This record gives sequence, structure tokens and C-alpha cells, in this order.
Amino acid sequence: MIRSDLNAIYVIVAREFIKFTRERGRLISTLARPLIWLFLVGGGMSRMVSPDMGVPYIQFIFPGIIGMTILFSSIFSSISIIWDKEFGFMKEMLVAPVSRLSIVVGKALSGTAVSTIQALIILLLFPVIGLKLGIVQVLLILCIAVILSFCLSTLGILIATFYENFESFSVIMNFIVMPMFFLSGAMYPVKRLPHALGLFTRVNPLTYGIDALKYMVLPEKGALSQDFPLSLDITVIVVTSIVFVTIAANVFERRK
Amino acid sequence: MSIISVENLTKKFGAVTAVDGISFEVEQGSIFGFLGPNGAGKTTTISILCTLLSPTSGMALIDGHDCMRESSEVRKQLGIVFQDNTLDKELTAYENLLFHSYLYSIPKGERGERIKDALNFVGLYERKSEPVKRFSGGMKRRLEVARSIVHQPKVLFLDEPTLGLDPQSRTNLWEFIAKLPAKHDVTIFMTTHYMEEAEICNKIAVIDKGKIIAQGSPEDLKKMVGGDVVYLRTKDNKQAIAEIKKSLGLDAEERDGEIFIASVSKGEACIPVLIQSLADMVVSVRLQRPTLNDVFLKLTGKAMRPETVSGGGEMKDAIRSYRRKFDK
Ligand SMILES: Nc1ncnc2c1ncn2[C@@H]1O[C@H](COP(=O)(O)OP(=O)(O)OP(=O)(O)O)[C@@H](O)[C@H]1O
Ligand SMILES: [Mg+2]
Repeated sequence: MIRSDLNAIYVIVAREFIKFTRERGRLISTLARPLIWLFLVGGGMSRMVSPDMGVPYIQFIFPGIIGMTILFSSIFSSISIIWDKEFGFMKEMLVAPVSRLSIVVGKALSGTAVSTIQALIILLLFPVIGLKLGIVQVLLILCIAVILSFCLSTLGILIATFYENFESFSVIMNFIVMPMFFLSGAMYPVKRLPHALGLFTRVNPLTYGIDALKYMVLPEKGALSQDFPLSLDITVIVVTSIVFVTIAANVFERRK
Repeated sequence: MSIISVENLTKKFGAVTAVDGISFEVEQGSIFGFLGPNGAGKTTTISILCTLLSPTSGMALIDGHDCMRESSEVRKQLGIVFQDNTLDKELTAYENLLFHSYLYSIPKGERGERIKDALNFVGLYERKSEPVKRFSGGMKRRLEVARSIVHQPKVLFLDEPTLGLDPQSRTNLWEFIAKLPAKHDVTIFMTTHYMEEAEICNKIAVIDKGKIIAQGSPEDLKKMVGGDVVYLRTKDNKQAIAEIKKSLGLDAEERDGEIFIASVSKGEACIPVLIQSLADMVVSVRLQRPTLNDVFLKLTGKAMRPETVSGGGEMKDAIRSYRRKFDK
């Protein structure tokens, strides 16, 4: 990449960061969702679902909750592209002498940074739910969080390129983000799903991210641990990221 | 030398032909005005020139580069103030300009100085650390002008830069703009609804329904509609008319107790001459300028449609509060 593109990527990430640190409310409200799910749903279900498969339910969903944190914060960060279009700031970027790819990558890295931070905050709750993780495990989980955040941020950008205004927001929430979460193996093992639903989970990149997180958080826990080999998880995440970035950059390049 | 050349440019949005085969040239270092009513195709033309839209047909060159095929070359030359505000209102004035400096790869050592100069130029340096959302409409507009010149563009596009400003801020802004070509060696392409604002242009193109219906200097255009009209009240109208005809060679007649002098090419320059030659007969003088409406009336046979505000500010505010509620 040439220097002007690196400048653009840097400043787009810096802008997101400044805005993120200024909007305290945004951090609190995006962290509230996974916390509610972890303690209210996870804690409650733990009483009902007997831990006969090796781990308490609250520990089983922990990787899924990290995945959820990443899903929501990445998609929301990327969807800010819709606000940028609506409020005109997108034009400021589009008329600048920088490649469209650098705008897409800058936006994707913004989402990656913001959502990795949030994933880390949730991750650090592991002692509270009785998990024991070593420093190496924590670092590996962070690596997975980074690539998964990047992948979902690029997906968010792709979604944002097809929507022009804020009205689409609830559509994206209800018909893309929530189903992605439920069909990701976050709440239940993928191999226990009926065949038709299982198919959906298999085309969902989040499934592979959560699967990799399960591998790190709950190694060798029988029926509740991961469903796919780690190498497959990582390959899927990396390949889909590249595909999404390429498509998004091309859509950006196109003029009406 | 022309820095912008447009030939037979056409842009269709479905069934709507927003720009319909226009051609024009803009001289380097000049101020070029695009004058026309709502929906005439001004913004569409600018969007094509600044590489945001692709034309349906025709050619547009900036500094010899094709706006379609060599867009990255073209983008390097441009500065733009869009019709709708494009600042990030959560960021401060300084941060908005800093973001811009990075996008345009201004060398590190020069960034601070250039931003300072630009902010000083529009009188906003003292407020550089305030978030833009606290700025008034006029300040935002000035900040956008400052941003558009930070990277020292060759061509500056101003799409209704005075939209939504009060008359005083409007005058101030035009004073800034008029200084730009000399100070920054830039060519200006601006659009407006107002004839008065087009006064500072070296050349004007009048556009309606996607077609350029007249081009020329402000004087030329005014001559088309008969120039300025001067009305005079004097102590003795008959004697005054005779004097005006004799010593100034102007056509004058009496209407409703006033002397009516039509087709004056430079009304404001004519007044002192009139007063001088009529000694102390003059009681009052008034000057009437041809308006865009008159040009329109003349060129299209109908008055310019009533102007509506095209900012959509309220809608944006509504979106903003919606966003606050749901963007969590
Ligand atoms: N993206 C678009 N899709 C469809 N039609 C469009 C689009 N943009 C502009 N138009 C149409 O093209 C025509 C010209 O619009 P344009 O915005 O260029 O006018 P304008 O001269 O800038 O007007 P104003 O003074 O109101 O800003 C209008 O009829 C408008 O409805
Ligand atoms: Mg317009």
C-alpha cells in the first residue's frame, strides 16, 4: 500500500477511537447486553440444564458471550458507515485522493479495535464464573477475538454499503444480527441442532469464531467443546474476511 | 488556459435527465458561477466533476485529467464545500481539519501550520477545540471553507456555500471567497440561486432543467435583460430629462412622477455622474438591479420557481435524535 492509503487507514481508525472514548454511554450499553445474557440467561439456565456434560452452562456459553460482544460491537461500529452517508461525512472521505480499499480497511480496523477492547473486558470476567485460564490462553483468545472482529466488521461494512438510511437499522438488527447470534452455536452445541438449522450455522462466520473460542476456553470438554477443527475455524474466518473486504471495496468503487 | 472543460455532459437518473448535454470551460484562476433554480442540475454537475457520480455520456476534464478514468489524479486537485454539511459534528474544528490533512497526506511538519492558517482565515482559530455540534450554521459553513483549502487545491467547488446563512454572514463569506483566488491561486466553481452572489464571478452559466441557457460575464447577462434601472426624483423632471439626454446620452422618461432610466450598464457608477450633471435638482435616487428572476423571465419566458429551502436540516435533526436512542 502507498503512503496516502496508510495515512487514510490510520486517521479513520483514530477518528473511531476518539469517538469511542467520548461516548461513554456507548461502551456501557454495548457491554450491558453480553453481561445480561451471561448472568441472567446463563446464570438462570445453569440451574435448569444439569452440568452432566462436563461444564456448567454459564461456562459453556462464555465463549458464545464473547462472540456476541464481538458480533454486536463490530457490526455497530461498521454500520456507522450508514450514519456517515446520512450525515454526509462519507463524501469527505470519498472525494479524497485515497483508494476505496483503504477506506474499507480503515473502517474494518476501527471495528476490530473497538470490539477487541470490549471482548477483552468481558473475557476478564472469567474468574467470576469459575473458569481457570492461563495467560497464554488469554492471549490466544485475544488473537481469535482480533480476527473474528475483523471478519464481522467487514461483514458490517458490506451490509452498510447496501443501506442508505437509518431506517434500515432495525431490519439489520432483527433479520441479520440476532439470527446470526442464535444460529452460531453460542447457546447450544451445533452438533445437537436439527439438520436444517445446522445448515444455517455452517454458513455463519460467527459459528467458526465461537467454535475457536470454545477450543481455547473449554479444551477437551466432550460434547460441549468445539464442533470443528481449529484450523478450519481460522481458515473460514480469514477467507471470509478477505472476500468481504474485496466485495466491499468494489461496491465502494462503483459510482452511480 | 481552461482548467475545467466539460463537453456535452449528460446525466440521467432513470427517467429524469438531471444534466442535459452541457458544455463549458473554466479559466484557470477565475471564479465561475453556476446559477439556477432548485433541481436545475447544479449539484449533479459538481458530483460528476468531483468523481462521485459517473456521467451517462459526455466528457469532463479537470486540469487535463478525465473525471471518470483518472479519478485519483482528479481528486488530488480538488477542494469541495458540499451543499449539505459534511463535517463530523462530534469532532472538534481542529480534529475535522486534522482528519482532512491526513486524507490529503499533508506532510507532518506542515499540518499544524496549514490548519492554523486556514482557521485564522475564516476567523475560527480561537474556537478550534470546540466540538462542531456547538457551532452555529454560519460557523460550520466557514469551517467547511477552511477545510476545503487546507490542502491547497487547484480547483475549489462551492455548492451554495451561503445556504442557510443570514445576510451578514453571507456577505462575510463572500468576502472570504472573493479573496481566495488571489491568496491561494485557486480556481473557483460555485453554484448559487442569487444574482447578487454571482456578482463576484468572472463568468456565469445559467442552468435550468439540466440545460445551460446562457453564459457570460455578469455584465453580459445583465445587458441581456436590459441592465440596471435608475429611478430619480428631481425638483423639475422635464428639465432634468432634457439634461440627462443631452449631457449623458441616456434614454430617460417620466413615470408616476419619477424619472425612469432603463438599461444602465453600471448603475452604481452612473449615480454620481447623474447627480453631478443635474447639479442640485436631485431629490432622491434609487437603483434597481436586474435579478435572476428577470434573466429567467427573459430566457425562458417564465418566472423562476419559488425557492424552497433544500437543506433538510430538520430531518437530519430527527435522524440524529433517533440515532441517539437506538444506536447503542
Ligand atoms: N441520486 C439521485 N437520484 C435520482 N434523481 C436525482 C438524484 N440526484 C438528483 N436527482 C434529480 O436530478 C435533478 C437535478 O438535481 P440537482 O441536485 O443537481 O439540482 P440542483 O441544481 O443542485 O438543485 P438545488 O438548487 O435544489 O440544490 C433533480 O430533478 C433531482 O430530483
Ligand atoms: Mg444542489
